[in-house]
Amino acid sequence: MKRAIAPVFWLPFGAGGVIAALIGPALVLITGIAAPLGIGIGPDFMSFARAQAFAHHPLGKLVLLAIIALFVWHGAERIYLTLHDMHLASKPALAWLCYGAAGVITIVTVIALLAVGF
Amino acid sequence: MSAPRPYTRPIDPQWWARPPYLAYTVREAAGAAIALYALILLWGVIALARGAAAYEAWLGFLRSPLSLLLHVILLAAMLLHVWTWFRIMPKTMPRLVIGGQYVPQARITAGGLAVAAAGFIVVLLLALWVRP
Repeated sequence: MKRAIAPVFWLPFGAGGVIAALIGPALVLITGIAAPLGIGIGPDFMSFARAQAFAHHPLGKLVLLAIIALFVWHGAERIYLTLHDMHLASKPALAWLCYGAAGVITIVTVIALLAVGF
Repeated sequence: MSAPRPYTRPIDPQWWARPPYLAYTVREAAGAAIALYALILLWGVIALARGAAAYEAWLGFLRSPLSLLLHVILLAAMLLHVWTWFRIMPKTMPRLVIGGQYVPQARITAGGLAVAAAGFIVVLLLALWVRP
């Protein structure tokens, strides 16, 4: 019997979905609205020195990798299934496109986090 | 003998743009918005790796009206994700039994939303705690 490969991709989809549901709104509010406008947390909240210190720490790297990679895999799964339901292309083609893009973005994230240094 | 030709009902190619399916399309688009937010963060990490000037340019983008508008939309998408995620959750898990009684789906959804609200508050308090 041929095993289905889909469940493998449900794990990052589910993990990304849970993280987005628990901290997604707060993250967008902080990094996208409050910090740029300097509301409540000051204009230097995401200054170069502070962001660098965060990304230098192994724990900070792990947090950034988990958020970026799992959010991307979550979105990739949704885009893949929706485009398939729209009959835009064959299922294998869309799977390669969406999962492939998520894989490449994950690798780029790892490289960027390593390039930031320790 | 001719090959069987089962009848397949024609499907409206734009079914996803019309109610009631539009609600599902919007929900899935919220998932794409989550990925878009991740790409904005990744751009920031890459800028961080390239140095102070590149990072300042990224911060400059975040301060632009375009980015602020985009993040308001992303925030709405995240909130829609929270709502739909916990509405689906009781349907995708085994039926929960407490004290010999099935827990109603609405109560599982309410519990999930309460945890999400707590997560929202915890992250905001954490940000206030670590602010410069």
